[in-house]
Parts: sequence; structure tokens; C-alpha cells
Amino acid sequence: MTIRTAILRLLPLWAVLSSLMLGMGFVFLAGAPPLQAYEDLLRGALADKFGLATTLVKTTPLLFAGLGVAVALRAGLINIGAEGQIYLGGLAAALVGLYVGPFPQIVHVSLAMLAAFVAGGMWALLPAVLRLRRGVSEVITTLLMNYIGLYVVGVVVSGPLKEPRAPYPFSPPLAPSAFLPTIIPATDAHAGIIIALVLAILVYIFLEHTPAGFQVRMVGANPSAAAYAGVNVGRTVVLAMVVSGGLAGLGGASEVMGLKHRLFDAFSPGYGYDAIVVAFLGAGQPLGVIATAGFFGALRSGANVMQRSQGVPVAVIFAIQGLAVLFLAASLAVRRRMFRWSGRPTPSAEANPS
Amino acid sequence: MDVLRVEEVTKRFGPVIANDRVTLTVQAGTVHALLGENGAGKTSLVNVLYGLYQPDEGQIWLRGRPVRIRSPRDAIRLGIGMIHQHFTLVPQLTVAENIVLGARPRRPPFLDLPGAEREIESIANAYGLGVNPRLRVMDLSVGLQQRVEILKALYRGADLLILDEPTSVLTPSETEALFGVITGLVADGKSVIFISHKLDEVLGISQVITVLRRGRVAATIPRAEATPSALARLMVGRDVVFQIPKTHARASEPALEVTDLHVTGNLGHPAVSGVTFRLCRGEILGIAGVDGNGQSELAEAIAGLRPVTRGRISLNGCEVASWPPKARIAAGLGFIPADRYRLGLVPDFTVAENLVIKTFGDPAYTRRGFLRRQRIAAHARKLVAQFDIRVHGVQQPTRELSGGNQQKVVLAREVSLSPAVIIAMQPTRGLDVGASEYVLRALIAERDRGAAILHISTELEEILGVCDRVAVMFGGALMGIVRPEDATSEQVGLMMAGALHLIPASEPP
Repeated sequence: MTIRTAILRLLPLWAVLSSLMLGMGFVFLAGAPPLQAYEDLLRGALADKFGLATTLVKTTPLLFAGLGVAVALRAGLINIGAEGQIYLGGLAAALVGLYVGPFPQIVHVSLAMLAAFVAGGMWALLPAVLRLRRGVSEVITTLLMNYIGLYVVGVVVSGPLKEPRAPYPFSPPLAPSAFLPTIIPATDAHAGIIIALVLAILVYIFLEHTPAGFQVRMVGANPSAAAYAGVNVGRTVVLAMVVSGGLAGLGGASEVMGLKHRLFDAFSPGYGYDAIVVAFLGAGQPLGVIATAGFFGALRSGANVMQRSQGVPVAVIFAIQGLAVLFLAASLAVRRRMFRWSGRPTPSAEANPS
Repeated sequence: MDVLRVEEVTKRFGPVIANDRVTLTVQAGTVHALLGENGAGKTSLVNVLYGLYQPDEGQIWLRGRPVRIRSPRDAIRLGIGMIHQHFTLVPQLTVAENIVLGARPRRPPFLDLPGAEREIESIANAYGLGVNPRLRVMDLSVGLQQRVEILKALYRGADLLILDEPTSVLTPSETEALFGVITGLVADGKSVIFISHKLDEVLGISQVITVLRRGRVAATIPRAEATPSALARLMVGRDVVFQIPKTHARASEPALEVTDLHVTGNLGHPAVSGVTFRLCRGEILGIAGVDGNGQSELAEAIAGLRPVTRGRISLNGCEVASWPPKARIAAGLGFIPADRYRLGLVPDFTVAENLVIKTFGDPAYTRRGFLRRQRIAAHARKLVAQFDIRVHGVQQPTRELSGGNQQKVVLAREVSLSPAVIIAMQPTRGLDVGASEYVLRALIAERDRGAAILHISTELEEILGVCDRVAVMFGGALMGIVRPEDATSEQVGLMMAGALHLIPASEPP
């Protein structure tokens, strides 16, 4: 690996660091000492049991959905629909948690998770088929299906699934056997994070070490070459999209089964959209997604502490997140310009004439 | 008088030196050829002249004055015009509209299209360009589109024209016409920098020849003192064997039979109409023709990447016209596509991965659902050694390889599958002499092994040198099949231009 490739690989890191630097300006404008505020943020996110638990809780849905978006990304698809897939996954998990059973916890949890994966996957299948059969851009369809997903859950919890006499639309509690166990006593931290981490490693193995993953990466990197090499591009696109939606669906399930234990109306504060940022900053790599999901989880968790101690509004965190995306996009444009240098794919191609 | 003097110009891209202290002088009213292999630095040098790149060192003088050319706008203002290899025209607009596009209006703020049309017509007549400014560019042939590019430069007042590989898209007769235009331009006192890697063209048109090799000027010699073999030696730094030795074909039973094949192109037009031929084991059948006469569609239809409208494709006796690509690969079809970067390779994949993109699912490389990374790497190391592919390691991204080495990756992968039929489309495009020779030798070796080879190329010399029989494709149909030893370049050239139609016959012995 040359120094140049190393720099290019680390572009997301530069983007994050630059956004944190610029974020200090915002903190300053909010009237707080930047370094002190960042210290509080870091401490709030990681230093004690409760901060750490909050970080894990916030990381979990980002990790699930970020993995999902990343799988699609590696297949050359832009899945904007993680939010809707989260809702469908949450709904499916809630239905299994409410109406199926009773089972031993391991069985019940597995069943609910499986249902969530299938539901999220189906929610992504339709855009994949539309793209394949009719050439409709999956960016548009997945985005629009987010609203359908959100309102399907809204309708269900306002009507058939509504807890009688509840002040807000939410469902009755799930059967306790469908709860994800708590991993840090006396906190909200639940086993969802462990499942997500295991899945990240499985996704990594899938992409890098299985023929199906090879196929997905080939279709993502050069679909024409994949077709040339005999790969069924359409089938691969559908497979990647269903896995992508399924993983996002698990994010919804873990929110319902691990944190809220009920199905709430509008239960996701936009995790599915943040997941797009997580996947892009993680360069579509499962291990990168772990890092970025953890980073954003920690930011969100620490932001509350920073707000309390320094009076810096939580919104600063969202500005930093936005800046990171902006910096990444800008650095990608710079990279393109670097490639254009010589009129060849890379300058190094000229370095070693045959 | 010197129009242009380039003095000690050096251009670096990071650690790579594209131009190393290049010095040359272009005299008014002459054609100055820049000759060199791919990667010799021709294109980066003219991009410096046209303001697309800034030189790191050195000085450019124009008509005796030192100049700095910061952008193409500067270059145009200084009277430098560039005709790129890939045209920069808007097909939907007329010739005149294309020419005034981006130029400073003569009577601002009005466009004055009729005035421009008159002016363009008079320039066109003066230099024998024969282009009607009112026609839409999309209706013009490639040769005429190139003239529009020349007109565009002249309209902007260029008196130094840079033509980057202008003949690569032309038929032999169009090339001749272009040379006529160039001769007229220099007779009028304009100067031309003519970039090519084709010796005969350079010898045919230029008065002075500068040979570049690995970014440096190997020599500048007047036309009168140049010989083809001397130029070739200067270009590659060693003697080049032009004739690739090969024995007579021992063709036997048919491996690929195409019967009355019809294929639709991307624009819905009939791209291939009624092509019939038979290709036998142990022979190379060439398909000559100018780019865009249905060759790509023919190759893609045989490979299964494009549906067949009508007709039959028989591979080793099996009717495969409706088979998916995978099944055709399994039945012994190899394909070296023209665009290795878009079709033949996954540039972001490693060399090792690219060598197994067709076979990664085979038991040799996948066991119990997992890729056998060690085996894949070992396979790659073997092929890298066997085909002398220059890499830092088999885990290097293929994107970083030179064009010649990328082509060797494709070639190694296809040949290593021992296919019964190989479609080789433009296998030497963009390669230097050494790499081209290597690829062609490998194809002949495959033929001698018993493979049937369909060699599609626009390089006539290459086709006539390598193939056992040559079919000429024009307008989606075969104009005839000839034997290279019986055919003259002129005859084949006429067929390529659609002016001669032989009865398709001539079966292999």
C-alpha cells in the first residue's frame, strides 16, 4: 500500500477530525470553552457506567442499520430506506413478541429477530425489483417507502395494536420472553449491541471470504464486468438489497425488544438516515461501520452531559455530523480530481510502463 | 521562423515524471510529429501546451515571446488549437452552433448565427474542409466530425493546431483526406503538431519528427533522414520485430458457427444484420473494420451480453444463442473485451481477485462456502510469473497497473481457462509495441494449442499480420472474407469503407 492509498483510505478519518475541529467553533459560539466541552462530552460518553450504557444504546440501531446500508453500498446500491426498514422490523418483532408464544426466551427472541429481518428485507425487496424490472432508481423508492413504513406503524399502534386507555399511541408491552436481556445491570444497555457486533463480523466474513460476497462486491465495483464474468447481476442486486433491509429491520427489532419493550409510534428518531452517514463514513466496510456507529453513539450520549455541564445545545452534535459528511464528500471530489491529473485512472499507471 | 519553442519542460505527477526536460521547436508552416509509445509523454506534453497542465519546470516560447499558458482559454487566445482524440461536440446541435459554443461572439451580445455560418463556410472552403455548417453534428460521419473540431479551432483563430492521434478513428480513405487538409493548412502558413504512434502516418505527413521515449526526447530528426526501422528503434529503444512469426493454420472442425445473426444496438438500430461465418479450431479469423460498424455488438452477442434478435450461434456444436454468459463460459468461450477497464476487469479488485472473477465459485477456489484465499493468491502468483505481469504483488489493486499489464491480467485469465474459442477484441488497443507483440504472440500460441480465435480489430496491419482469414465488417454486415496473403491493404481498405463487397465465401482448408 502506497502512502497515497493510505491517505485515501483514511479520508473518513480526516473528515471526522476536521468536523470536530470546526465543531469547536460552534461550541465557542455557544459560549463554552471548546476543549472543556469536548472533555465533558468524552467523559459523559464513556467514563461511567451510565454514560457507557447510553453510548451502547445509541450505537446499537446505528450499527444494525449502518451495516445494512453498507451491504447495499458494496453492491453499488444506495439504500436510503433503512428508516422504513427499521419500522417494519420493529413492527414484525412487536407482533411476534405480542402474539406468538409463549416460548423460552432464546426461541422467542430468535423468532422475533427472524421476523424483523424478513420484514425489513421484504421492505427492501420491492425497490430492488422495481429497479431491476423497470429501472426505477432505488434512491427514490427506498426514500419514499420510509414514509409508508413510518405511517404503517403509526396506523397499527393507533388502532389494532393500541394499548387500551394509553395517552399516546403505543402497543401493550411485549411478552418478557421476547425482551433482549440487559447487559449492564441497572442501565438500559441491552444485548442488541452484542448481536450487532457479531453480525458486523459475519457481514465482514460474508463480503470478504465467501463467493456470494465476492459476487456482491464485484457487482458493486463494476456491474458490467460482473455480467461479463457470468454473474447474475439482477439476482445479486436483489440478494444484497434484501440482506441490507433485513439488517436495518433488526435495528428496529432491537429498539423494540431491548429498549422500549413496546411498539411506539415514530419510535426511531431518524436512525435510518443517520445510518447512511455511518455507512458512508465507514466506507462500506463492516469494521469501519462499527467505528463510525460507535463514534456517533458516543457523540449522542455525551452531548447530553455536555449540554448539562456547559450549556452547549445538543444540536452542535448534529452540526458536527453534518460537517463530517460535507468534508467526506469534498474529499471524495478532491480524490476524483487527483485521478483526473494524468487523464488516466491513476498516475501510478504511468509509473510502471510495461 | 519558430512558432513554438518548448525549452526544458518537466512535468511531474507525484513521483512520476511524465515529461523530463523536453525541448523541441516547431517551425511555421510545417507538420511536426510527436511519435512515441503509450505512456511516452506525448499527451502530457500537449496538455501542457494547451494549458491543461502546468509545467513544473521549463519555459514555453510562442513566436519568440515567453508565455505562460494557464488554461485552454489562454491557449486559444495565443492561437493554439487542440483537436482531442475524443471529440467535444454536442451531437444535437448544428456544426455552426457547436463552433460558436463557448467562443466570444463577434457582435456581442448577439449570437449572429447566420454571420457565423458564412464565416465558417468561407474557412471550410479555404481549406477544403467541405462541411456544411447548417447540418446537425449527429448526422455527420466521424471523419466529418473531426473536421468540425478543426474548424472550431480555426474559427477561434488558431494558427498552431495540435492533433492528438487524429487517425485512430478514421478509415484509410478518411485518413488520406485528413492529410490533404493538413497539407493545405501548412501551405497557408499554419503549423501542426501531429501526435501518433503509427510510423507510416508520421512518415507520410510530417516534415520534422520528435520521438519521445519514457518522457524524454529520444531524437528530433527531419523527415528526409528518417526510416521506419530507425524510428521504431528510437521509440522502443530496441529493434522491433514487425512480422510475428507463425506457421500455417491447421484448421480442423468448426468451433464457432454464426448463422444469419441479427443484433440490435443501444439506440435500437440494427447493429448486426445477417452475419454468417464459421470459425474452426486452430485458426484465427480476423474481423477488420472501422470502429462502430457492429463489431462490439457482434462480440457481445456471441458472449451472451447482448440479446440476439435473430439467427444462430453454435459453440462446439451446441446452440447457445439463448444461454446466459455463465453457461457459455463453461462451454469454453473466452472473451478479451475491447474495454478492459469497463468490461474485462474490476479495477478496484486486486490482481489475484481479477484472475478468478470467472472461476471464484469453482471447487479449486471455494470450499464449504468459503473462498480459498491462499489458493487464489497462489494461482495469481503462478499466472503473474507465467505471463510476466509487472505488479508489486498479487494483492495490488488492478487499477494501479499500466494498460499493458492490465491487458496481461485479462489475457492470463482467459487463456488459463483453456477455452475452445477466444474472442479477442482490440487486444492491443492502447498498448505499446512490446506489449502488443506479446499479446499477439500469445494468441497465436493459443491457436496452435487448438483454440479457435476471433480477432476483432481496427488495426489493419495487425489483422493482416496475425490472422489466417480476414472478414471485413461494414454497416453491421460482412463485406467478404479474404486471405491476408491474397489481399492488399487497398482492397481491405475499400471493403472497410463499404466500397467493395465480395461474396462471403472462402471456407477454411
